[in-house]
Amino acid sequence: MADDKSTHDAGHEREPSYLVAQKGLKSWLFTVDHKRLGLMYLATTLLFFFVGGMAAIFFRTELLTPGPGEISGVLTALGMDPTTSATTYNKLFTVHGAVMVFLVIIPSVPGALGNFLLPLMLGAKDVAFPRLNLLSFWVYSLGALFFIYTLFAGGLDTGWTFYTPYSSNFSGTAVISATFGAFILGFSSILTGLNFMVTIHKMRAPGMTWNRMPLFCWSIYATAVIQVLATPVLAITLLLLIMERTLNIGIFDPAMGGDPVLFQHFFWFYSHPAVYIMILPGFGIISELIAVHSRKHIFGYKAIALSSVAIAIISFVVWGHHMFVSGQSELAGIVFSFLTFAVAVPTAIKVFSWVATLYKGSIQFNTPMLYGLMFLFTFTIGGLTGVFLGTLSVDVHLHDTYFVVAHFHYVMMGGTIIAFVGGLHHWWAKMTGRNYDEKQARWASLFIFVGFNMTFFNQFVLGQQGMPRRYYTYVPQFQQQHVLSTVGAYILLAGFLWIAFYLLASLRKSAAPKEPLPDNTWGGASLEWSTQTPPIEHNFHGQPRVDSDPYNFPQIDRTGGMDHH
Amino acid sequence: MILSMLMAPEAAAAAPEGSATAGQVLDPSVHTQGANAVWETVNPWATLPQASTFAEGTDLLYLFIVVLSLFFFVLIMGVQGYFMWKYHRKSDDQKTSSITHNGKVEFLWSAIPAVLLVWIFVWGEVDFLKQTVPPPDAVQVRVTGRQWFWTVDYPDYPGVQLTSSVDDNVVTLVVPKGKPVQLTMTSEDVLHDFYIPAFRVKRDVVPGRYTSLWFEATQVGEFNLYCAEYCGDQHSAMIGKVKVLEPELFGEYLAEAGKLEQEEGEPLAAFGERIYKRRGCNACHSLDGSPKVGPSWKGMWGKQETTDKGTVLVDDNYIKESVEEPNAQIVAGFEGVKMPSYKGQLDEKHFAALIEFIKTLE
Amino acid sequence: MSHDHDSPKAHRPAGAGEPHAFMAHHFNTPGQQAGAAKFGMWVFLATEILMFSGLFLAYFIVRMHYPDMVLAAHEHLNKTAGGINTVVLITSSLTMALAVRAAQVGDQPAIKRNLLLTIGFAFTFMVVKYFEYTAKIEHGMLPGKFYHAWDHGYYIEGSPHIFFAVYFCMTGLHGFHVLIGIGVLTWIYLRAGKGHFGPSYYTPVENVGLYWHLVDLIWIFLFPLLYLVR
Repeated sequence: MADDKSTHDAGHEREPSYLVAQKGLKSWLFTVDHKRLGLMYLATTLLFFFVGGMAAIFFRTELLTPGPGEISGVLTALGMDPTTSATTYNKLFTVHGAVMVFLVIIPSVPGALGNFLLPLMLGAKDVAFPRLNLLSFWVYSLGALFFIYTLFAGGLDTGWTFYTPYSSNFSGTAVISATFGAFILGFSSILTGLNFMVTIHKMRAPGMTWNRMPLFCWSIYATAVIQVLATPVLAITLLLLIMERTLNIGIFDPAMGGDPVLFQHFFWFYSHPAVYIMILPGFGIISELIAVHSRKHIFGYKAIALSSVAIAIISFVVWGHHMFVSGQSELAGIVFSFLTFAVAVPTAIKVFSWVATLYKGSIQFNTPMLYGLMFLFTFTIGGLTGVFLGTLSVDVHLHDTYFVVAHFHYVMMGGTIIAFVGGLHHWWAKMTGRNYDEKQARWASLFIFVGFNMTFFNQFVLGQQGMPRRYYTYVPQFQQQHVLSTVGAYILLAGFLWIAFYLLASLRKSAAPKEPLPDNTWGGASLEWSTQTPPIEHNFHGQPRVDSDPYNFPQIDRTGGMDHH
Repeated sequence: MILSMLMAPEAAAAAPEGSATAGQVLDPSVHTQGANAVWETVNPWATLPQASTFAEGTDLLYLFIVVLSLFFFVLIMGVQGYFMWKYHRKSDDQKTSSITHNGKVEFLWSAIPAVLLVWIFVWGEVDFLKQTVPPPDAVQVRVTGRQWFWTVDYPDYPGVQLTSSVDDNVVTLVVPKGKPVQLTMTSEDVLHDFYIPAFRVKRDVVPGRYTSLWFEATQVGEFNLYCAEYCGDQHSAMIGKVKVLEPELFGEYLAEAGKLEQEEGEPLAAFGERIYKRRGCNACHSLDGSPKVGPSWKGMWGKQETTDKGTVLVDDNYIKESVEEPNAQIVAGFEGVKMPSYKGQLDEKHFAALIEFIKTLE
Repeated sequence: MSHDHDSPKAHRPAGAGEPHAFMAHHFNTPGQQAGAAKFGMWVFLATEILMFSGLFLAYFIVRMHYPDMVLAAHEHLNKTAGGINTVVLITSSLTMALAVRAAQVGDQPAIKRNLLLTIGFAFTFMVVKYFEYTAKIEHGMLPGKFYHAWDHGYYIEGSPHIFFAVYFCMTGLHGFHVLIGIGVLTWIYLRAGKGHFGPSYYTPVENVGLYWHLVDLIWIFLFPLLYLVR
């Protein structure tokens, strides 16, 4: 692909973009356009990100002091019974976990960016099954409604993991509506995964071979495979949990001759692969950001692509590392530990390849790239601390402490959310036809970086010192670090509110650019940059044909003779 | 002690974790001035002693991974930082390298981590296996988890029972120094997890089956004990203390501590209050009228209580029945609650004291 | 990269399929559309198998924990009814396959006839299932806390409430799939009545056929595992 001008659908008049091609609320609610569905996912996931984030701010506030306190004060002020403050705390962390996992991180990147970009990057007019895509969105909304109902029907206090027998026989909260909500969300996830798999197999433009797909598509493909293969098991697990709670069928209930640990096996068989459902799309975004903003061919394309697939496969056989101290057999512990280390290698390959991509590049420090570089920092910490938890004897000490909390926040938030925010900036112009305020965006990213590390880094130390997770009160020696964490969380909140502010400001009527924005915001070489900004309803004016790979930037110096093609 | 060079000498000898508050750690009057005081504030081991035979091994491997991680982190960030500085965009038409891959480099950065990871795996596995096989002569202890307190029994010391308490951080487990101790654990209700950070041991406590844990304490003192598996409302109050004694004091202490008897000159109601706390009644029943998991005891005595089987007068008979067969008549509003039976755990003297105590709760 | 502005149909590659009236706008060729639909169906079937595999796993764990109880409890299932249902479903698979074949060659009456027969067999299956369930409910052989077979003079050692929980979960979920099958078969039957299917367009018939074979296949595993333990 050559310079900007020839990648444009040259010779065509500007057509109305997908945003205005059809008008009225109905044209959005019942749209089968993947780009509009992407925007709708974006709006809903960001809304729930706010809900889950505020829950976290509340319980971090409670943790400012070791004893019971802040929440009971709030409850008293609201005229509620302050003796329920422990329950309220438990409900808050459950809401935070369940909303962030099921309503935000799992659907965010595939639902919003995946939907918007996948057909554009592949050179297709839409996903393979547009109506199914609409159905996925509505199924997602229905599941979300069940979660909202749960909040008003007494909340949920089981933790997002729903461990039996607490969830099935002991909790007095709205477990059934929450699990049914997660059950429904599972179907949305399955349908989306199925749709993307078929899209990638069947809808690629002529010339778009598997090895010419942008790495974002590879990561979405690996994600889709996991969604399709793991989520049905979650569905059946949650169904059994619902049956256990309503009919007391006895499969998980020790009092009836059942086995509560069986639930953990079922649950983690889904939920460990689900961790990769959450992080793989983030990997895909980072590959795009690093390559485009350093105008360098991605280093080790095949290694990055295939390591995504390797991670997807290995992710199915490592679930037992959540259960080293659960009472499963020692042999199982050893096998799962070994397999867990196996998953670390493809992950390491990716990080090294991204750093190597920067070598002899032309690196521009704009907002998306800042998030890309931030990701390398935080995700490397997240990945390295995973080694501690995969190691049997060390995990015995660290399991279910703040070390685990810090580790998965460095991966889920320092990984996926940071990548998602970076991707949002990267494709913001393409999606909305608007420019955000670059100066504000850079300052806000600093808030995110400082706030995030301040919140979570010292939680590694807390965990190492033996602070168990999900504790409403704690021994006073931990207070200093908890205060530091909470202040970090406030800075993080400020950063995210700032991002929301300038992104929303860019959508105001008065902020509309006088001239339409250029098709290619950053000088990218993949297909989404070759069409109009924002794209037209059917994506491309004609059928795109591909004769090169998506990282062939015009700035690459081909005279040096270093080309390995 | 391999790690002792890292720990200020004061820390090794200092009062164990829990009794040392954050304030004390920072207080320069407690510790020597200068470098040591600074080290105290950043040393992760300052408040977590190595008090069992496993602790040093676990920490050594932990430290090994820390050093290795730091090395790789600094390496990756250093290279990234250098590239960011060296190759930042100076002009818009800046040329970039056409390099796309390099088999040798890629092989190396796959193989080196793989070898290191296998090394760590084997090390962790060997240490882990040591923790799974208790020596045959271990002191036997039975542990029961309930919402939200621990009960600890010693088969070799009949009648001795220690419990944790949601209101106080009391001694819940007593073990001799320098002798292996094996805990056989089960739960009466939901999942719990028995966790002693200072010993680096942790194991889930599962209803309907027995799990086991062993350790050998190496330091005399009191250490924190936590429930590390979320178990409901008072999860964070399900904590206690582990007391490590010189072996010769162990039996003596147990004989004293295990007794739940009225003391000289102690009023019956006061003894009843001690039973209320020591037998875990306080986990679920408040004294101030607010409902917890079960109904409050305040103003209960002599009342006509509505239950799932009709109304009943709260008298000696109903209280005894509620303790021994909790589900016979359940107070309205608490139908879903599954209180475990205490049959055989309280004698007549205990009942008399408990009832006397309840009578005082006007 | 170049853009090709002509009608995509102009350079349809070989094997792209004949044009038909049900082409969706976002596909380039009927062959692409049919391929996508079929591949999607196979992926869907994989999710179905994984969903049932969760229940199969639960079954094997229960059987491993309580071999004697499972043996004793399964004697109370009606082997004759289960056998009849097996024959019914296998036959329905045959008629389904014939319907697909008829669609491929465009034999309109045969499509309708075979689909109707398949729907008939599906109903037969559900009627037999109805009688089986009624008997279980009458004898108190119910899941979990509703189990009260001892009130009706049946004593099974161990914890038979778990076996019947598994029995009802597995056959219930399977029965639900049969009901869905009746729904989609009816939909296909109505479309066949309008003459939608022929040699150039028969993907819906084929996909419903794939689904129906899976429902059949799952039953072929359920029957021996639940009814023929010994």
